[in-house]
Amino acid sequence: MLAFAFKRFLGAWPTLLLIITVAFFMVRLAPGGPFDTEKTLPPEIQANLDKKYHLDEPLVMQYGRYLWDIARGDFGPSFQYKDYSVNELIGAGFPVSLRLGGSAILLALIIGVTLGAIAALRQNSRVDYSVMTTAMVGISIPNFVMAPLLLLVFAVYLGWLPAGGWEGGSFRNTVLPIIALSLPQVAYIARLTRGSMIEVLRSNFIRTARAKGLPEHTVIIRHALKPALLPVVSYLGPATAAVITGSVVIEQIFGLPGLGRYFVQGALNRDYTLVMGVVIFYGVLIIVFNLIVDLLYAVLDPRVRY
Amino acid sequence: MTDIDAVSEVRGRSLWADARRRLFTNKAAVTSMIILSIVAVMVLLAPFLSPHDFDATDWELMSSPPTIANAHFFGTDSLGRDLFVRTLYGGRVSLMVGIVATLVSLLIGITYGATAGYFGGKIDHLMMRFVDILYAMPFMFFVILLMVFFGRNIFLIFVAIGAINWLDMARIVRGQTLSLKRKEFIEAAEAAGVPGFTIIRRHIVPNLLGVVIVYVTLTIPQVILVESFLSFLGLGVQEPFTSWGALVNEGAKDMETASWSLIFPAIFLALTLFCFNFIGDGLRDALDPKDR
Repeated sequence: MLAFAFKRFLGAWPTLLLIITVAFFMVRLAPGGPFDTEKTLPPEIQANLDKKYHLDEPLVMQYGRYLWDIARGDFGPSFQYKDYSVNELIGAGFPVSLRLGGSAILLALIIGVTLGAIAALRQNSRVDYSVMTTAMVGISIPNFVMAPLLLLVFAVYLGWLPAGGWEGGSFRNTVLPIIALSLPQVAYIARLTRGSMIEVLRSNFIRTARAKGLPEHTVIIRHALKPALLPVVSYLGPATAAVITGSVVIEQIFGLPGLGRYFVQGALNRDYTLVMGVVIFYGVLIIVFNLIVDLLYAVLDPRVRY
Repeated sequence: MTDIDAVSEVRGRSLWADARRRLFTNKAAVTSMIILSIVAVMVLLAPFLSPHDFDATDWELMSSPPTIANAHFFGTDSLGRDLFVRTLYGGRVSLMVGIVATLVSLLIGITYGATAGYFGGKIDHLMMRFVDILYAMPFMFFVILLMVFFGRNIFLIFVAIGAINWLDMARIVRGQTLSLKRKEFIEAAEAAGVPGFTIIRRHIVPNLLGVVIVYVTLTIPQVILVESFLSFLGLGVQEPFTSWGALVNEGAKDMETASWSLIFPAIFLALTLFCFNFIGDGLRDALDPKDR
């Protein structure tokens, strides 16, 4: 087990290095600099700025310097938000994104697994068809379409909830973004659970459990649910990535001060260090989460050899 | 006539005829095909369906609600442009991006996956390890960066989206190729001295068709989604051209006063994605009967 964990851990490094390298060179090779303004700066000032941010060094030197800084956990100063370091900006935005994303995934798991299991238990019934059709709607309506529609109904027409803002993360302000973010994931998880549940219910050990005379709910909860949830566990990796990507637009729509908004603003303002910092931070997050999911899967599924 | 019928009855149904029969008994898939065809025809015939131009502004009728009388069936946007025509023209861009980018990913994915699977061993290991590494990248962020830094060019969208989506295709094709290459007809071709790449092209790729078709119908909606996502952030197609994502974005800004500018493009986008997903599911059930 430890050897397996270590191997997976080692395997994550090339990805991380690739993310850092691609982010660095893409940002640096892009036309237009962070200090491009309407009027051209006097050459001395430009030179001073370049010197301060080490933009006057050869690219390879800058790359080496950046790698070294990141290794020490320092993403450098932000180019646009003067007096703030990228670390501080990430520190300010991430709790908001984490709350949104974490709640969205949790909600998706609870509702998705329940719906999927119910659909599987009543396979080919009306309940099954309506759950699966609803799931298809959830998959087909992108969250950036769902979010404005939710706002239109609940904030504009009904006036029950505020149309945006964070307000310290109050329930009234976070409920719509969390729903918008989790709906596609609810749909995917429900479909996955239904599919694997149907397969598990056909297997021999379930027949044995039933033949022993166990009550149906014990068969489902004690015996069927755990193996049926394995595909859901492995889906958690891609789900995290999807929620992180989704939060970029959701934060934009609801005006929430999260990391996704910093990313979009940073990209539009050519805030090199901020953009690279956010991409690498998200990259690390996804890699770590995939690692955890892999290990969790190995623990849960005795058939996995390592 | 009767002779041919008799013969085909004796020969039984081919894989494809069987799949077609199963597909056409799937009500959701058939309905989706009909709706999708209607959307496609409307999008193609857009200029003939409305007297308005997609970029013509009417200063007298800004943000006017839908009416039949002046042929603004979906109303107008904040610049007085007809939303019916814009929705259909947006559909042209969305569908075209969906199809072209899917073809790009198809081409890369099949070539890569079939090569890795057929040659196997070290080559396979190296090639798939590379796919694994790419797989964990937060691609959406790189695509956003690409769009921001290198211009909002529609061809860049094709390339960028196609370049992301080939990874899944490569994995699926490799898996299929691994099982195909143990079949006798491949062995026969090898024994006859057919070179490797010719075997891939002539014998492997045609046998991948079933999987590929299912995958294509499921990739097109994903690609449309990515393009809409970019357009929603203002990074996709540029004015006066539009796409469903861009229209939803504009509609979301005006929704408090002009809800129709959000609702109609949103319906078209969601309906199209819905239909593609249902057809993809139906095709998978039809071509992969083991789950019946």
